Amino acid sequence: MVVTDAGEARGYRPSATMPFVAEFRRQASRRRTQLALGFMVLLPLIILIAFQFDSGGDDDNGRNEFASLVELATSGGLNFTLFSIFVSASFLLVVVVALFCGDTVASEASWGSLRYLLAIPVPRARLLTVKLVVALAYSALALLLLAGTALLAGTLRYGWSPLRSTVAAELEPTEGLLRLLAVLGYLAVVLLVVAGLAFLLSVITDAALGAVGGAVLLWILSSILDQITALGALRDFLPTHFSTAWLGLLSTPVQTDDVVRGCISAISYATLFWGLAFWRFTRKDITS
Amino acid sequence: MTSPSPAAWFRRALPTRRRAIAAAVVVVLLAAAVTWAVWPQGPGVRTESAMLTVRSGPSGDQPVNLDTTLYLPDDASSGRKVPAVLLAHGFGGTKESVRSDAEEFAGRGYAVLTWTARGFGRSGGEIHLDNPDYEVRDAERLLDWLAARPEVRTDAAGDPKVGVVGGSYGGGLALLLAAQDRRVDAIVPMITWNDLSRAFLPESTGGAPTEGVFKKGWAGLFFGGGGNVGSGPAGLSGATAAQPQGAPASAGPPSPGPGAGPGTGPGGAPAGAADPSCGRFAADVCAAYLRIATTGRADQAAVDLLRRSSPAGVLDRIKAPTLLVQGEADTLFPLGEADANARGIAATGTPVRVAWFTGGHDGGSGPRSDSDRVKFLTVQWLDHYVKGEGDAPGDDFTWSRIAGFDALDRGLVATGFRRADYPGLTGNARREVTVAGPAQPIANPPNGNPAAISSIPFAGGLASLLDGVAGDVPGQHAQFESTPLTEAVDVAGAPTVSLRAASPTGEAVLFVKLYDVDPDGAATLPNGLVAPIRLTGLPQQVQDARPVTVTLPGIVRRVEAGHRLRLVVATSDQAYTTPAAPTVYTVAADGAVSLPTVSGEPIPTAATIWRWVLAGLLAAIVIGLVVVVALVRRRHRRQDRSVHPEYADTPLAVRALRKEYADGFVAVSNVDFEVHPGQVVGLLGPNGAGKTTTLRVLMGLTQPTAGEIYVFGRRLVPGSPVLSRIGALVEGPGFLPHLSGLDNLKAYWRATGRPWEDAQFDAALEIAGLGDSVHRRIKNYSHGMRQRLAIAQAMLGLPELLVLDEPTDGLDPPQIAEMRRVLQRYATDGRAVLVSSHLLAEVEQTCTHAVVVNKGRIVASGPVEEIVGESPSVLFDVTDPVAARAVLDRLHGVRVLPESDGQLVVDTNGTARSEVVAELVRAGIGVDRVVPRRRLEDAFLALVGENSRGSGDR
Repeated sequence: MVVTDAGEARGYRPSATMPFVAEFRRQASRRRTQLALGFMVLLPLIILIAFQFDSGGDDDNGRNEFASLVELATSGGLNFTLFSIFVSASFLLVVVVALFCGDTVASEASWGSLRYLLAIPVPRARLLTVKLVVALAYSALALLLLAGTALLAGTLRYGWSPLRSTVAAELEPTEGLLRLLAVLGYLAVVLLVVAGLAFLLSVITDAALGAVGGAVLLWILSSILDQITALGALRDFLPTHFSTAWLGLLSTPVQTDDVVRGCISAISYATLFWGLAFWRFTRKDITS
Repeated sequence: MTSPSPAAWFRRALPTRRRAIAAAVVVVLLAAAVTWAVWPQGPGVRTESAMLTVRSGPSGDQPVNLDTTLYLPDDASSGRKVPAVLLAHGFGGTKESVRSDAEEFAGRGYAVLTWTARGFGRSGGEIHLDNPDYEVRDAERLLDWLAARPEVRTDAAGDPKVGVVGGSYGGGLALLLAAQDRRVDAIVPMITWNDLSRAFLPESTGGAPTEGVFKKGWAGLFFGGGGNVGSGPAGLSGATAAQPQGAPASAGPPSPGPGAGPGTGPGGAPAGAADPSCGRFAADVCAAYLRIATTGRADQAAVDLLRRSSPAGVLDRIKAPTLLVQGEADTLFPLGEADANARGIAATGTPVRVAWFTGGHDGGSGPRSDSDRVKFLTVQWLDHYVKGEGDAPGDDFTWSRIAGFDALDRGLVATGFRRADYPGLTGNARREVTVAGPAQPIANPPNGNPAAISSIPFAGGLASLLDGVAGDVPGQHAQFESTPLTEAVDVAGAPTVSLRAASPTGEAVLFVKLYDVDPDGAATLPNGLVAPIRLTGLPQQVQDARPVTVTLPGIVRRVEAGHRLRLVVATSDQAYTTPAAPTVYTVAADGAVSLPTVSGEPIPTAATIWRWVLAGLLAAIVIGLVVVVALVRRRHRRQDRSVHPEYADTPLAVRALRKEYADGFVAVSNVDFEVHPGQVVGLLGPNGAGKTTTLRVLMGLTQPTAGEIYVFGRRLVPGSPVLSRIGALVEGPGFLPHLSGLDNLKAYWRATGRPWEDAQFDAALEIAGLGDSVHRRIKNYSHGMRQRLAIAQAMLGLPELLVLDEPTDGLDPPQIAEMRRVLQRYATDGRAVLVSSHLLAEVEQTCTHAVVVNKGRIVASGPVEEIVGESPSVLFDVTDPVAARAVLDRLHGVRVLPESDGQLVVDTNGTARSEVVAELVRAGIGVDRVVPRRRLEDAFLALVGENSRGSGDR
């Protein structure tokens, strides 16, 4: 075997280890990835079919101004997409993002393949970076698949109509599409908290289920605490406090205050969690 | 390790202690945050409640009991005097209605006197509607009382440093008191009136109150609120309508109009009130109300009575700097009332500042940003003019506009604006919008029923903002509509419009409203405000009618581009008294609606700051990333790339390796060995001897506590590139269960990023010997198959050093034999193999060299033969073991090792075996067999001792 001067085997370069494409394919081959992405496509279709059973009943879906999202869901493709996002944002997307980001390192640890990757050697920081970027890419893909399918199916079924809501004037389809993209963008930013938390847990524990479940549980805990108004200003520090601020993007004029604060909160938390994850992983003894 | 040294204890305690410190820091931070959130703000406040008897009335000799509470800052005393605030409540309230505001002011260093106005709650007397002889004189006596308090700062003897604050009824009192008593240093009247007769009998073409249209909805509520016999303002108490401000009123002190609505007082019963039709109202007030409510018209006497309770006539006597706060969502006292007050007070040169907010009698305290602004302005005003702190507040005008719903708490969101000068209700620019439509006949319903709905008192601004309550009755209204606006108009002020009307009776009562109609056709009546007009001397035909100019109530609204304006003229309105006789009027609108606009700059809100924070955060993250990456690169460049000359050609050299775990357990205490090319080295030791830990350090999975590892002379640390020359199987196989064996190998090689052709898959697969099973998924593999695949993976790329941990685990005997051959073959061409095992036979048969470890230390190392050759023991098979033992014990230096089954294992310790045999035979003991113990097992046992417990049990 020919050896280069730096002491490594021929053809080995730390920056060439664990290519993004390889990791992407590695994750794509997993059944949970396929199922999660498949469900993102399936969900809007299920909702669409469910709406076909609409008996025209007049039951009240809630009293707040945004309950109208439900009633308006069938008024056009954009509204249908908005509804699909609305119903999945609070839990489904959280679980999916936690799955992609929480499972990625912990599952390698539980299979025992993590130590072989590190013995290649893939530099630890590089391993985490690749894992994180690919997990985030899959999370984004899930979000886009959900919105894309809903938009396509909704438009085919209900037509290309303006975006309606009772809080704001009707938005022209192009303007509505922009708002929808802004909503998706904000949701993606908010979900970074879940991504950060799940990833940190993924690095700390060897149990993939623990990382995913832990992230979802903490998210739910934060949501519950957010319901307790007695906490006052402390609620602003909860990672979920601004998770519904995207509704403000639908009003006219657009309310960005809470969106901006939500971005600050989410990015801070995500940076903190990722920073801890890298700090921990580059120092820890791999015993799995 | 039973008695740890202090140093070891300290080392062990260190990580836990560090963890404890971190945990303590987190706990302290959390506790601090919670404390900060729940700690009552400001210094402590003490209260003194008292029933004061003051003398008032026209001649100042009628005693009346007033229920008072004085709020004092804890540190106020005769030595440390504080300025005072007289805090008045709204109509129907009591001193309790303003308690939170009082506590807030007291917390800011004011002595705050609250009292229940006469005619309400537990106070005595009758309601005179802020009459200068009664309520206002009561307040004067309270000023006397304040001046006598030792804690209260004074300007002169009997003249306290005092500001008067109040909303609605309390605001009216503030204005009237400031006009009557020069001792008042500053006033903050909120959502209050200028002319009570005009407020209850408005006429929007400029007519006198005697011509006004009676605002029966509000008047009834107030009369009911103050009039119920015996129970004080119980007319509406308990009903939800009795809480007009709702929750928002208590949100931000000093919320405008605290307790402005009736019916919140306790039912302390003054005994005297006997007239069931008047309740606690003074007889003259009651009589005036009854007259107006009966006819819907006010006579001059009633107007005079109301005027006496109005600041309108005495504004020129107000010298106290005045902050006027008025609500936009207020159908009772619209913006015009504050406008009139502002002009009247400013005319004499008294400092006046005006602020509009989006709440009011209909809208409560408005959104958070509004109540915060009002609070800030109030405190700033009092601090400067009463306490004497801070710069002069100036006289710039601030106002706000509803911008939409808050997505988070579902409340309203307002945008604040400011402008240097107060433009009044006429704006600083105007915009004409033409409304068109034919002259339309409209019917006046008999007795005003059915009536259009514009606003419902206390229904709140929300209802009128949504399509909510506003509704017109078909046939009873005419509408004139504009074309869609080409650009948005920011209306701020009172729009005007010109109308013509005809009536068969010569008279008409009409209600003029301006709707904002969105492209969908949904019409919104801003804040439910309408302009009632009473026209007289009208012709029969509309073409003969002369145009009249109607001034609509002041509004603040942005009419978006694409929206239309709709002018509606209705004959009825539920909130007003209309003529009882049915009539048909004809109305026509001429030309344009003139919209006043005000330009101002938005008040920077926290949102702007947050945007900068976000930008700063992103920048900080980017800079932080760049710095971290640069530091890592730098450290990487500085990495020790030197080659240890001694070990340059040695595949592996381990030097003084030590690994101590966080809990203090020493897995490897001192390990030294080398692996040279061509060698198959066996790392032999009982379970827990430290073999696996050594290999973990060798693979860069674990940081050693001390010592070095050199691979081809290069120092090995976690992630060293030289690791790429080592192939490993450590702690069992690790594969992706959902992939086939072959795919796993490919995925692994892909992760190395090395050239495909270097992998030598065929050679590796041949070693694995899995046949077609390589295409099956790993999850269906047996243990042995995985083990073989793992060895194949370790051999991918034919690394120069192969490290295998228990490689024969799970293999059957033929496979073990095959594996031996493979390993021996592998250690050619300069390659080397390191095998760890606890199976002695395996090492003896496979390895050229052995390293024996026990309890984290090397006990022997060298060529297998050498280690085995050192074995000094001999196995004797004798006829009489007991006798033999006795014989051997006599021999000097010879030691019998415990062994069962009648065999003796003897450590000859240098004594020749022949001599030992001769000695036994001489003693008459038959020797069946003498076997030199050449097996490694002996060596192993001899080296590690007989204790079969692993070092892991230490």
